[in-house]
Amino acid sequence: MKTTDIAIVGGGPAGLCAAISAASSGARVSIIERNNSLGGQLNKQTHMFFGSEKQYAATRGIDITGILLNEIKKYEDRVEIINSTNVVGLYEDQIITLMENESKYYKMKPEAIIVATGAYEKFLSFSNNDLPGIYGAGAVQTLMNIYGVKPGKRVLMVGAGNIGLIVSYQLMQAGVKVVAIIDAAPKIGGYLVHASKVRRMGIPIYTSHTVKEAIGSSELEKAVIWQVDGNFQPIPNTETIFDVDVMCISVGLSPLNELLSMAGCEMKYVSFLSGFVPYRYSNYETTISNIFTAGDSCGIEEASSAMVEGYLAGLHAAEKIGKRHPSFEERVQDYTSQLNNLRSGPEGRHILSGINQIERRRDYA
Amino acid sequence: MRIENHPILDFGNRKTIRFYFEGKEIEGLEGDTIASALHANGVKVLGESLFKHRPRGFYCAIGNCSSCLMKVNGKSNVKTCVTMLEEGDKVEIQKDKGGLE
Repeated sequence: MKTTDIAIVGGGPAGLCAAISAASSGARVSIIERNNSLGGQLNKQTHMFFGSEKQYAATRGIDITGILLNEIKKYEDRVEIINSTNVVGLYEDQIITLMENESKYYKMKPEAIIVATGAYEKFLSFSNNDLPGIYGAGAVQTLMNIYGVKPGKRVLMVGAGNIGLIVSYQLMQAGVKVVAIIDAAPKIGGYLVHASKVRRMGIPIYTSHTVKEAIGSSELEKAVIWQVDGNFQPIPNTETIFDVDVMCISVGLSPLNELLSMAGCEMKYVSFLSGFVPYRYSNYETTISNIFTAGDSCGIEEASSAMVEGYLAGLHAAEKIGKRHPSFEERVQDYTSQLNNLRSGPEGRHILSGINQIERRRDYA
Repeated sequence: MRIENHPILDFGNRKTIRFYFEGKEIEGLEGDTIASALHANGVKVLGESLFKHRPRGFYCAIGNCSSCLMKVNGKSNVKTCVTMLEEGDKVEIQKDKGGLE
């Protein structure tokens, strides 16, 4: 059976950073990525990141992949990249099963595993929500920014969080008209700087509005929205109809947690982390020994913190298998303070209280 | 429906790839997935739901949701949103569960 020191499932921001710190600790690392190239969702983020310099603020997501891959190149002798391969099973005894190119099936026995599988886009319930032309906002971003294809002519964006606002802006950059952004919440969820940017471009934002129904025979032709009251109940006779061929759903993400569940990690539903997430110790190890997790797969946050969590999980996983980084303490301290900085705002308080619900302490274990 | 001008991205000169959709020859570009090439040709309906036969398009475009399954070169249930387009591919709308190869 194939072996390695540390297998990392997912080659996005968390996985790549985990690989860098595990390899720099001296561990042999295998990064397993289902796509045919690394970078995950960074590869479609054409906007500049926030955060601080250490998380590549003011750098576009699309350029961060290259920076991380260059870093990984330094450890070429011990990092193996396995692209176009799905991890289809993760077992309690740390055996993982892989499917390469949907055809070659094999097993791997690493000493430790870091699950950094990321997230998937949530869906929204309304009538005819299955019509082609109704896409996840991230899907539209992929279509435009990776493949250079416009999703359609006129778009209704559902959700005024950061993703909804940023993708609206990117749609306009691609030459696609965004007719409106709506959100069921009474106020805009995303950063004001993004909201101001789209408003300046003339896109109206309707808060306290949700989708009533989609209309179309085989593809989306019209979208009907209506107003909701303080309890999110629709108010009759407040309907507005838009002629749109695309609706983008941007109502949040959920952790991609199947492998962690499958391995038998104890899980808990934590609304602040947007779904079922594994209990974990402060070293990012789950309740199953030597299975670690980092990034959105253990709680929805954003790419900057996913990267820092990845660095931490990589350091800890390597330490667990006896490859302690020479400046382990210093680095852990540095990354921990970076995370605290990232989580110092109001959104961060939610994240911290979510993590508080799932963090186990060794003393009580 | 390709993006012509973009303030940040440059998609460069991509080679044309010819393929077949429902028996008709159409064109995609190098670097396309099957779903992105179809979308560029205005094709949004990729399949039908199993029981009510409602039209299906992709939803997530990154291989999670399985809403983009099609028949490709005789093989059923291909995730077309993450499968790269190849010259001469025969792509068909899938209306049933499909079978094993």
